[in-house]
Amino acid sequence: MSLPEDPSLVDAPITAEPVLEVTGLRKAFGTMTAVDGLGFRVSRGECFGLLGPNGAGKSTTLKLVLGLLSPDAGEIRLLGEPIPAQAQRARARVGVVPQADALDPDFTVTENLVVYGRYFGLSRAVLEERIPALLEFAGLAAKRTARIDELSGGMKRRLTIARALVNDPEILFLDEPTTGLDPQARHLIWDRLRSLVSRGKTIVLTTHFMEEAERLCTRLAVVDHGRLVLEGAPEALIAREIEPHVLEVTGDGLRDWLRHNDPLRWCTRHEHVGETLFAYCTDPSAMLAALSDLKSLRVVQRRATLEDVFLKLTGRDLRD
Amino acid sequence: MDSNRPNRADRGGNDAGAVESAGAPPAPAASAPRTLPSRTVPSPGTPPSGSVPSVVPGRPRFAFVPVYLRNLLVWRKLAVASVLGNIAEPLITLLAFGYGLGRLLEQVDGTPYITYLAAGSVCMSTAMAASFEALYSAFSRMHVQRTWESILNAPMTLSDVLVAEWLWAATKGAFSGLAILVVIFVLDISRAPELLLLVPVIAMVGLTFAGIGLCFNALARGYDFFTYYFTLVLTPMIFVSGVYYPREQLPDWISSWASALPLALAVDVARPLVLGRPPGEAWWHLVVLGVYACLGFALASRLTRRRFAR
Repeated sequence: MSLPEDPSLVDAPITAEPVLEVTGLRKAFGTMTAVDGLGFRVSRGECFGLLGPNGAGKSTTLKLVLGLLSPDAGEIRLLGEPIPAQAQRARARVGVVPQADALDPDFTVTENLVVYGRYFGLSRAVLEERIPALLEFAGLAAKRTARIDELSGGMKRRLTIARALVNDPEILFLDEPTTGLDPQARHLIWDRLRSLVSRGKTIVLTTHFMEEAERLCTRLAVVDHGRLVLEGAPEALIAREIEPHVLEVTGDGLRDWLRHNDPLRWCTRHEHVGETLFAYCTDPSAMLAALSDLKSLRVVQRRATLEDVFLKLTGRDLRD
Repeated sequence: MDSNRPNRADRGGNDAGAVESAGAPPAPAASAPRTLPSRTVPSPGTPPSGSVPSVVPGRPRFAFVPVYLRNLLVWRKLAVASVLGNIAEPLITLLAFGYGLGRLLEQVDGTPYITYLAAGSVCMSTAMAASFEALYSAFSRMHVQRTWESILNAPMTLSDVLVAEWLWAATKGAFSGLAILVVIFVLDISRAPELLLLVPVIAMVGLTFAGIGLCFNALARGYDFFTYYFTLVLTPMIFVSGVYYPREQLPDWISSWASALPLALAVDVARPLVLGRPPGEAWWHLVVLGVYACLGFALASRLTRRRFAR
C-alpha cells in the first residue's frame, strides 16, 4: 500500500537533544526473553509512547531505563548518564509515576509529598515553597490535609503525578497513567500531561490504551515480544500502516453473505473475528453500497485508528 | 493502599511506649543543587542497587535517613493507638507469670521469680518487636504497599532502604525493651544501677533479630510465611533460651545447643545486670550478637537483592 505522504505527518528529523537513548537492549529472566534488542530515542520536549500488549516488555524496559534492573546487553543513556552505572545521578532528575500509585496510606496528601521530597534531599524550605504549586497543579489544594483513603482513583493518580514532580524533573516516566480511571478522570490526567509538555517537560509513557497514545504522544514505538515493531508519529503511522476507512459488519446474515461474496472485491484487507467482519478500505463507498440493501447486516463505518494499526501489527490473540 | 492486607502491620506492630517528642522531625540533609560540578567518576558495570558514591547531586547525603524518618513518621502518627496493645502484651506476661507463678516458686536461682523473669522479659520483648517489624511491617512496605518501589524510583538504592529498615526494626525492638526496663524500675522489681547497661544489650538484640527477620522477609510470598517463623523459630527459641526458667532444667543436649542461640546469649548478659551483678565474661556475648546481627543483615541484603532482580 502506498499513500501520498503529507509532509506534516512525516516523522520530524531527530535533531533535538536526546534525553533518552536506548540501543540493543536485552534482558532475559531465566529462559524468558523480556526485552530482545530494543532500541529507541527520545528527544527533549517530546511525549513518547511505549505501546504493546501485556507482557510485551514495556514495564521491564522502564525498569531497565531507570536502572532498577541490570540489562544483559545494550546501552542506555538517560539525561546523558550511563545506566545503570549512574542511575542515581539520572534518577535525581527524573520523575516516575508507577502503575500502582504506591502512595503512603498512612500519610495525608501533603505528607506524601514532603516525605517523597526528602528522598531527593530537598530541604523543608524548598518543599514548603514547591508543594502548594504542585497541589494546585494536581487540583488537590482543597485536599491537602486529606488522608489517602479519602481520595478517588483520579485524585490518587494526580497526587502520584504531583509526587513525581516534586524534584522538578526534566523527564517524566508514566506506567499506564490512566488505567482504571473513568473518562472524566482520564481527560483531566491527559490535560495535566499536555500542560507539562507545554512547559517543556519530556514525557515517556507506556500504555495499551490506543486512544491515549493517539491523543497525547508526539511519537510512539510499538513493542511486542521485547522487540520494536514500529516507530513514528501516531498520524503518520495510521497513514502509512493502514487503510483510512474501516467497516465493521455484524449480523445474523454475515456468514451466509461471506459464503457468496469476497470482501476483497471492495476492500484491500479484511478480518473475520468471531461475529464481526472488519474490512479495511481506501474508499468505502462501493462496499457500503453493496451492503446497503441487506437488512440482516449491521454496518458501522469509521476512520482507521491507532488501535487498528496496533491490532494489525500485534495480532488479535489474547495476551494473558 | 491495599485493602486486602490482612494485618495493618504498618500501624505499629509491637510498639512500646517510648515517648516521642512532639517536635518536627529533624530536617534531612540539605538539598544539593543539581548544578554541582560532577565529582564522581562514572564506574561502568556498577550494579544498579549497589553502593554509589555518596556525593550525587539530588541525592541525600545519608540516603537511608529519609527512609528511616518515613517509618518514624508513620509510627508517630499511629503510636497512640498501637502503644497500648503492644506494651500491654509483654507487660502482662511479666506481671502475670512474675507475680502469679512467683507465688508458687520461692526462688529461682536464688532470686524472686519476677526478678528472674525480668531480664528474659526485656530480651524477649525486644526480639519479638524487632521481628514483627522486620517481617509483617517491612513486608507491607516492600510487597503490599509497594513503598520500597516508589522509594527506589527516587535516587535511592536498595541498600539505603535495607539499612533504614534494619535500623528501624531494631529501633522498634528497642522501644519495646526500654518500656519493659522502665516498668522494672517503676515497680521496683530491680533498681540496680546496672540496669542502664541493658541499653546496649537491647540495641544488639534489636539489630540481631531485625537482621534475621529481614532474611525471612526477603523470602516471603505472603504473610502466612511469617506464622511459621514465629511458631517454629521464635517461640521454641524463647523456651530454650532461659527466659522463663534456667536452661539447666532442660536436657543437656538441648541446653548446650541452645546456649549458642542469640536470645540465650542476650539473656545470659541481661540477667546478672538486672540482679545488680557484673555479667563477667558474658560480655563477649555482645560481640557474638554483633556478628549474628551483621551476618543476618548481609544475608538479608543478598536475598533481597535477588528478589528485586526479578
